[in-house]
Amino acid sequence: MINVRRQLWRKERTQVIFNGTHFYLYQMEVIRITTAGSVDDGKSTLIGRLLFDTKSIAEDKLQAIESSSLRKGLGYTDLSLLTDGLIAEREQGITIDVAYIYFSTPQRKFIIADTPGHIEYTRNMITGASTASVFLILVDARNGITEQTRRHFYIASLLRIRYIAVCVNKMDLVDFAESVYSSIVREFESLASKTTIRGQQLLFVPIVATHGDNVATPSARMDWYKGPTLLQYLETVDVFALEENLSARMAVQYVIRPQQPAFHDFRGYSGRVVSGAFSKGDKVLALPSMKSSTITSILYGSEEMEHAGSRESVVLSLQDAIDISRGNMLIKADEPLKPVTVFDATLCWMEDTELAAGKVLLLQHGVNRVKAKIESVHSILDIHTMEPNCNKNQFGLNDIGRVRVKLAKPIFAELYADNPSNGAFILIDEFSNNTVAVGFVDQTD
Amino acid sequence: MRSKRIFPSALEHEAIYIMREVAAQFERPAILFSGGKDSITLVRLAQKAFYPARIPFPLLHIDTGHNFFETLEFRDWLVKETGAQLIVRYVQDSINSGRVQEEKGKYASRNILQTVTLLDAIEELKLDACIGGARRDEEKARAKERIFSVRDDFGQWDARKQRPELFEMLNGRINPGENVRVFPISNWTELDVWNYIREEELQIPSIYFAHQRKIIERDGLYWPFSNFLNTSEDEIPFNAKVRFRTVGDMTCTAAVMSDADNINSVIEEILEATISERGARIDDKRSEAAMEKRKNAGYF
Repeated sequence: MINVRRQLWRKERTQVIFNGTHFYLYQMEVIRITTAGSVDDGKSTLIGRLLFDTKSIAEDKLQAIESSSLRKGLGYTDLSLLTDGLIAEREQGITIDVAYIYFSTPQRKFIIADTPGHIEYTRNMITGASTASVFLILVDARNGITEQTRRHFYIASLLRIRYIAVCVNKMDLVDFAESVYSSIVREFESLASKTTIRGQQLLFVPIVATHGDNVATPSARMDWYKGPTLLQYLETVDVFALEENLSARMAVQYVIRPQQPAFHDFRGYSGRVVSGAFSKGDKVLALPSMKSSTITSILYGSEEMEHAGSRESVVLSLQDAIDISRGNMLIKADEPLKPVTVFDATLCWMEDTELAAGKVLLLQHGVNRVKAKIESVHSILDIHTMEPNCNKNQFGLNDIGRVRVKLAKPIFAELYADNPSNGAFILIDEFSNNTVAVGFVDQTD
Repeated sequence: MRSKRIFPSALEHEAIYIMREVAAQFERPAILFSGGKDSITLVRLAQKAFYPARIPFPLLHIDTGHNFFETLEFRDWLVKETGAQLIVRYVQDSINSGRVQEEKGKYASRNILQTVTLLDAIEELKLDACIGGARRDEEKARAKERIFSVRDDFGQWDARKQRPELFEMLNGRINPGENVRVFPISNWTELDVWNYIREEELQIPSIYFAHQRKIIERDGLYWPFSNFLNTSEDEIPFNAKVRFRTVGDMTCTAAVMSDADNINSVIEEILEATISERGARIDDKRSEAAMEKRKNAGYF
């Protein structure tokens, strides 16, 4: 029912004027993209090119980078200067931290997480990828698939990102040779055939980021390529299909009790729908109490709604006064969920200090925090062979590995593979309060 | 109404989620309120996040004394309209008590001074979270800012020590003395804010629309003429029809020539504009890394 509503809603059009031209606009969608590439693959240049070609760079910003390029003695406008924001990054000519960049076309608003591609910044790459639905991987046509490419693809698969666009860049430096491109495609496809991500889709595009070939405009220099330009692909890729078909879950963030005469008895549970959808009249179950009730109202701001879809921030009111507090979960009575206290997970460790079995940390699952103990370390991934190493049992910074976790109180998580929005968690060091790891639930008992 | 939105509603859902995380994770949060369009947007988001309850945090205004009169008038109207609590701290008090010194010369502004007043207010009011309207599209250093951005005892931002933010999970745990700056509209662009203002029918200060004003021309920008501005003899004020695209102090906000006197024509002008929003901020022109340096020192 919710799916039908959503589709109707997306088909309704509004007329807008964009750059002086009239367009019909569907409900504006937000697409989140993450990028990965090795040091000189031209990732920042590609992003600069997307901004430039969609006219998202204001003249004063363009002038600023033109004069910086001149000062550096470059013979061209270095579009990568648009995104490398920190003083240290400009000095070293590399990206250190995740930067978020925005551009729009008449159909869609794009948020790009520009992340560093080096091995020492795996944590930043995972951070950028965690919210993305499209993963852009850059390959230098001269170098082909490298160890870094394999690592980037591994991370895209670890996060189960379904849409992967492989941009084979610097085609001008291999004389636009189709054979070079085709052999990279074949090698990548054989790499990808080893993973088992449901519905994963690969797109390959031969590009020249510095000149814009196949970025927003089809390249006359590579007329053998018949696929879409990168921008055409980003404008049409359908990333929304999956989430609303999942079971309905909402984590309660904050209980709203106005204590004003006009709303004397009002008690609402605010939160964001994690997955699935709720409707007025639905029978729901509160976890962990297992008490049931019925949804009497759904508020979005002051607006009364019939439904609340995936990722919407709403306030639910229930028929019965049952005890619900922050961190509790509301689910549909006919879509049950089991408590989890011991489970296996894949972790990425993000701290300088080492992690070994026995360590106690705080686990945050959605908005809920519980104490957690690392019971054992099963293996650590060898980032050169991409094979698990069972003889290693300590995590260092940026290590990815598998662990067994035991919790002080149950949480209501699902397998990351089944429901990504309800299957990830972070670990917090209780003393430094830093976020020290991200994890994905792999297996429950 | 909802089906006709150009504004991407996903951004509003995200911002409301962040507002609620602030209310749940902190004891003494406040909204940093400047009277500009971004902080007006924050107030609406907070209303929506907690309806039918009132906004559970006060608005904190750091008053430089160089405000546009229209902004102050609007601030007081909004406070009355929403029933929100307003707290004002004055840069003039920091000057009087010798905490800061007034800048001299024709570029004198209180923009940098307000950082000290803000940090003093955070300490005095024991604030553990300050919600700000900064957006990542405004400036390169801001593009790297987290949604929950932890500041140390001195209010400083250290880009290299930022906590990773994964999925939508926000970690607001802090040590004594630390506080967090929260940016719920991080992922909005200038155009998103304007479309939101239009679709929510939000009131904004009149100086955002075209009006007659006395201005001077300096360094290719139009500066609002006022008693706060130090001018030289050859800078002769003249009348023109202008509006402001961003609202800061009268000494650091440049005007644009414009006939746009309503929200639709303002949005059309922005779509056609070739100069970025912060291009009209004189405070950013000081150097390529002006914003990063101010952020390190504890600026918004």
